[in-house]
Amino acid sequence: MITALESLPTTIAHLRTIATPVVDHRIMPFGIPALDDRLASKGLRAGALHEVTAQSCSMVDDAAATLFLAGIAAREAAHSGGPVLWVSCRNDLYAPGLEQAGLSPADLIHAQPRDDAALLAVVEDAARDGTPSAVIAEVSRMSMVATRRLQLVAADADIPVLILRRRRNRDQDPLTEPSAAWTRWRIASASSERLGVAGVGRSRWQVEVARQRGGEAFLMILEGCDETGCLAVPAALGHRAAETAGPARYAAA
Amino acid sequence: MTTRQDVEVEIAALPAHAKPPMRELGRRSEAANHPFHGRAQADSHDRVAATVAAFHRAPLALVGKVGRREEVVAACDGAAALGITIGMAVTHARALVSDLDIRPSETEADAAMLDQLALRAVRRWSPIAAATPPDGLWLDLTGCAHLHGGEERFCRRLRAFCQRAGFTARVAVADTPGAAHAIARFGPADIAIVPTGRTVEALSGLPVAALRLAGTALVAARKFGFERVADLLPVARGPLARRLGLAAITRLDQALGAVAEPITPRTDEVMPIVERRLLEPIVTADAIAQVMEDLLGDMAELLRAKGLGVRSLRLGGLRVDGTEQVVAVGTSRPTREVSHLLRLMKLRIERIDPGLGLEQFYLTAPHTEPLDAVDLGAVLAGEVLVRDPARLVDVHVPERAVMRADPVVAPTGWPKWRRPTRLLARPEPLWGVIALMPDQPPRRFEWRGRPHKVVAGDGPERIHGEWWRRDAEVWAVRDYYRVEDETGGRYWVFRRGDGFVEDTGDLSWWMHGVFA
Repeated sequence: MITALESLPTTIAHLRTIATPVVDHRIMPFGIPALDDRLASKGLRAGALHEVTAQSCSMVDDAAATLFLAGIAAREAAHSGGPVLWVSCRNDLYAPGLEQAGLSPADLIHAQPRDDAALLAVVEDAARDGTPSAVIAEVSRMSMVATRRLQLVAADADIPVLILRRRRNRDQDPLTEPSAAWTRWRIASASSERLGVAGVGRSRWQVEVARQRGGEAFLMILEGCDETGCLAVPAALGHRAAETAGPARYAAA
Repeated sequence: MTTRQDVEVEIAALPAHAKPPMRELGRRSEAANHPFHGRAQADSHDRVAATVAAFHRAPLALVGKVGRREEVVAACDGAAALGITIGMAVTHARALVSDLDIRPSETEADAAMLDQLALRAVRRWSPIAAATPPDGLWLDLTGCAHLHGGEERFCRRLRAFCQRAGFTARVAVADTPGAAHAIARFGPADIAIVPTGRTVEALSGLPVAALRLAGTALVAARKFGFERVADLLPVARGPLARRLGLAAITRLDQALGAVAEPITPRTDEVMPIVERRLLEPIVTADAIAQVMEDLLGDMAELLRAKGLGVRSLRLGGLRVDGTEQVVAVGTSRPTREVSHLLRLMKLRIERIDPGLGLEQFYLTAPHTEPLDAVDLGAVLAGEVLVRDPARLVDVHVPERAVMRADPVVAPTGWPKWRRPTRLLARPEPLWGVIALMPDQPPRRFEWRGRPHKVVAGDGPERIHGEWWRRDAEVWAVRDYYRVEDETGGRYWVFRRGDGFVEDTGDLSWWMHGVFA
């Protein structure tokens, strides 16, 4: 009886290791412990589909979401050394702005398909091909089947497929639609720190993980991309804990 | 009752400046001419014969949309004899002739036919030949006439050819393309040969419209009383240019030979093609790869002789059951390297369905580009030659700083000035802007109907217009500011003008982009 009680904690620990899936994926850490620790896999899984959307339909939040993806892709491109493919039906990206997030024009290939169907085909072909180090796509309408396909392709090729879900109208939130994405993010622009002198400080974003596999949703304020695509924690945030957004949800692994 | 002729005589007697404009003319002479009148006395014997022959089939007219109304754009002789004129409304034509065969005009098909004719001209008559839409063909006969037995004989043969092919042709030979164009359309005879140096005499009797003038210039010419080309010749150039426009003077000079008008010839491109017929049908991938390699070897030889490289290749295989299997590859740079192309081709083998066997293959290169030896002397000597001096200038005007580039070229970056993530395709105006002049960011503005209160701003970054592009940009100035509003939105706004000199801009404010 006593021996059984003594061995109980180890048994529970053993059971836990069995229950939690073994993480053998390649991980792209953000390099910020405050953010990485709260992600289930201590970073973004490289071979997976990640969805990002803007908090509102304003251009400001859209730009923040765009640059958030650009920063992730820039760090991945610097790490693995391939070009980044940016697939979008619209053409209002401004390349000098992306270069300032670390995505230089030599590393970036734009593709402009006709419609969303062609766009998904381009993304899938590019990921299967394996040449790009990351694929970014701007999509407004995407079915569950399409996300599952892209997730499988990304896992096969070990390439991050980053989707910027565009809002079709003011009230519709793309993240309410079902998706097989590994993580789903909601990005908004936040007020920057007021400097002692006239001028605009480093940009800040409200980064919300709306859903992640094997982890909880949370929300934090981060400082925007620097010229290598790295985010940062605002200095003031160090004094208090990051707040959790809404009711904690336990997502299926 | 005064007839139209009386009024015309009366008007002709007036001095040029007192003549009524066209619109008034129509009103004073009451009605337009009846289409049946005026034709009768012009009929010659040939014409009557042609008309009689034409009556054996239904009169035909082609209609097209001119401006907002449907008009007759072409009519056959039979229809013309029945009073159908070009420019007549379709409803009018239908009312005149009940069994008129009306068909839509196909301008693209006409242009394609004319292009085919130009191609034939390049192959048969003269190496320099071009189509002049909508209805002409220019041949440069310099040094070719003797091959066809002299100019006159050539003209007759050309006309006979056109008759056999079912075209009505008028041929004119002159010193300049412009003169030939005028005489062929407005000259008296179907075949006209203007001796060298007699262009002025030949042209002077023709109406001004023969000079290919724009519509406005024709109206102006009529207003100033210029009817014949001869009327234009003695007039001083300066005043003439001011009245008719410089383009009209250029046309006149082109016709007279004072201004060169080179003919851009229709090029006769032959698509490189190689083929292999096999002794017996093949089905295996290895065999197909072998045929591909042989074909690519032949193709490389052919391309090397022509100094070309392929951008796309099409491989067709004929199956024993008579169907065809086609695969294609493309390259981003012209190349004729067999091993490279073979690697690309082999990726497509799985798409070929050999069925019962393939017995014949052909390889074509639908898209080729020049690929020749490159002079490396300067590069080896370390000299980097910049041909276009505009490339030496950094482009700072934001919308021109970016352009689409080929995926294989590695573009250089931009200066480290802060730039937005998304740029508006065209700047949008801001309303209700409050800003301290001359160099402070705005305190508030309204954009897309929503007010924004600015809490922080950077700037100005002054960007000057590119004086080498347009006159309007010589003094133009934009002062860019990066501003943040109270909700955390960061915007890129600019003001036209520096606030001191009026030429630099009208001090209006514009939104140009959004920062993350």
